[in-house]
Amino acid sequence: MTRLTALRALVQRFSFLLLVTASIALMMLGKIDPSLVEEARSHVTDAFVPILDAISRPAATAARAVETVVEISEIHRENSELRLENARLLQWKQVALRMEAENNSLRSLLHYKPEPGAAFISARLIAAPGGPFLRDVLVTAGRRDGVRRGQAAIAGAGMIGRVVEVGEWTARVLLITDINARVPVLLDNSTRQRAVLAGDNSDEPRLLYLPPEASVSVGDRVVTSGEGGLFPVGLPIGVVAAVEDRVIKVKTMVDLGKLEHVELVDFGLPGGLVGETGLSGVR
Amino acid sequence: MTVSVWHRLDQAGRSLAPLAVTVMLLLLAMVPLYLPGYETVAPALALMSVYYWAIHRPDLIRPSVAFAIGLLQDMLTGAPLGMTALVLVLCHWVVVSQRSFFLANSFVLLWVGFAFIVFGAALVQWLAFSMLALTVMPLEAALCQAALTLALFPIFAWLFIRVHRAFLKEL
Repeated sequence: MTRLTALRALVQRFSFLLLVTASIALMMLGKIDPSLVEEARSHVTDAFVPILDAISRPAATAARAVETVVEISEIHRENSELRLENARLLQWKQVALRMEAENNSLRSLLHYKPEPGAAFISARLIAAPGGPFLRDVLVTAGRRDGVRRGQAAIAGAGMIGRVVEVGEWTARVLLITDINARVPVLLDNSTRQRAVLAGDNSDEPRLLYLPPEASVSVGDRVVTSGEGGLFPVGLPIGVVAAVEDRVIKVKTMVDLGKLEHVELVDFGLPGGLVGETGLSGVR
Repeated sequence: MTVSVWHRLDQAGRSLAPLAVTVMLLLLAMVPLYLPGYETVAPALALMSVYYWAIHRPDLIRPSVAFAIGLLQDMLTGAPLGMTALVLVLCHWVVVSQRSFFLANSFVLLWVGFAFIVFGAALVQWLAFSMLALTVMPLEAALCQAALTLALFPIFAWLFIRVHRAFLKEL
């Protein structure tokens, strides 16, 4: 009994040191064996989903109300812009229809085997934990809805990230701007140059591993290259925003601060997690 | 007999108030607000709460509780597990060991004390993240977050004082 009291006194005396050591040990453990931490994380997150879901709704409603007011004030300008864009898109539609017909006839000539169809899972964003060092979001779709680790997350016009953690009811999406995010991409210009899109926690991720002689200009589209087998070829990600002495910044297609709904996409590609292990440094 | 049971239940409930407030703020800080650039500088609400209660009721928010709150935040936000726990435990330790400095009579001094804590926390986080990522992370965002947290502190301090008076006056 006295020994127990002595032990308790000892623990109390060194509780600060013990807790600091425990924190650092946990960080190490997370670095060494991420899957263990991830499992615990997804369970805890699942437990808090109802609360997060409930408190995220009023915020979304308020944001929508503000946006409506802003939209009304700009409705005339936007309308004329949309008219112009519509006229342009109608021309593109004709081109697309012609190309589709041409593609179909060429495919039938070649006995081309089409890629497997994609399955979409829609989810609502319930938390954007943020902070200066993280770019990830929680969405309301999990294992029960068919979400799997590694699936691409898409919103509106482009890819925004990929699923890094799946619970029963929730999934965590690592955004492409996070410092841990690496996406194999290619420049959608005449060179079709391959590169890696690397997040750096800023709003504009950078292109890495481009050869020095590669020609890049502002406005070039950046799309997934399909390397590694995790994503299909040609998912739009962004456009080159700035080229300054070897630092190439990419502006994302989607405004990542205004995500409300995302789509998680299962492309049915065979690569999956096997392909993922090739990307070192990815959480 | 029944009175004493109810009384004890009541007391237990009241003494949970600081923890409840902290967890609530932790969840609130994660709500997406759809403001441009907000995610980067989303204020560290849990840090404010732990700071306040560590000064005024260290018996209700013990170091182990601060550690647990930090772990919960890490789990939910996707931060490296142990990161926020480390920051909150350090904050708690600094506050309790220098309590005579932090337990100020005036609100301004409470605010000044928090300035030390919030910028210290930003530095610790920056160091830990940089070491884990094996690169030097940009510090500006962390400092901006700290500044915003500091600027919003009076609003939340008012809330803490209200909770303190409402639930913990006679405890």
